Amino acid sequence: MKNILQVTTRGDREIVMSRVFNAPRHLVFEACSKPELVRRWLLGPDGWSMPVCEIDLRVGGSYRYVWRHSDGREMGMGGVYREIVVPERVVATEKFDEAWYPGEAVGTLVLAERDGKTTLTQTMFYDSRETRDAILKSPMEKGVAVSYDRLETVLAAMPNEGVEKAS
Amino acid sequence: MVLNASHRLDVTFAALADPTRRAILSRLASGEASVTELAKPFPMSQPAISRHLKVLERAGLISRGRDAQRRPRRLEANPLAEAAIWLEGYRRFWEARFQRLDALLDELKVTDKKPRRNKR
Repeated sequence: MKNILQVTTRGDREIVMSRVFNAPRHLVFEACSKPELVRRWLLGPDGWSMPVCEIDLRVGGSYRYVWRHSDGREMGMGGVYREIVVPERVVATEKFDEAWYPGEAVGTLVLAERDGKTTLTQTMFYDSRETRDAILKSPMEKGVAVSYDRLETVLAAMPNEGVEKAS
Repeated sequence: MVLNASHRLDVTFAALADPTRRAILSRLASGEASVTELAKPFPMSQPAISRHLKVLERAGLISRGRDAQRRPRRLEANPLAEAAIWLEGYRRFWEARFQRLDALLDELKVTDKKPRRNKR
């Protein structure tokens, strides 16, 4: 069965992402924390590579990511680790170099294993509602998202599990 | 009252946060409906449904049709589409990354099994 990525907003200032991976937790943790592995998947759309991926995985240590497009565009971000519990939890600050929003964000990664599968939950906490909304909007502005012909398509993609149980 | 874009989206997200309200919107996406019709599939009272409709109406997601008898509700697509498309765009961006991670993990699982002896 396909693992579905759920993206929701919580309150005014958070984005919560959750997805299951068919792999044990220690491997998911490695893939999220070893530079040689991170740079293989944490990419943008086609055309982007990740020439810089530095990770100093300790509390107070920093990380730095730079993506480069084949047309020369570059985008960088980084932050500092605040909390690390191998292989289940990482809290880190996050700031883009040319931030189009004010302030910095705090990301919390939580990995939970069950029956050999791992649920990854990433929560991003922003300093304001404006920042959160600017982040949500950004992939659109970068031309990643697809436009929709019909509203129904959008509605069908939204999580609806509460209703299924009720009816 | 004129709401700025950010505040309007906030109201929209709050209205969308409830599964019953999302189900009502799904129903209205296929055409307008009266309160009675909208209440039918839900295990809750009509006043409870009316309260949900009021939230959706305040968020500008639905409006009332002209028929004075039925007062059918209908979808006002714009603010909903804006909020939902933002979320969906963000989701797709990350889904592409996570599909790459799936492939990487499959690869790691193979190598993880081989040197088992030195594992804790």
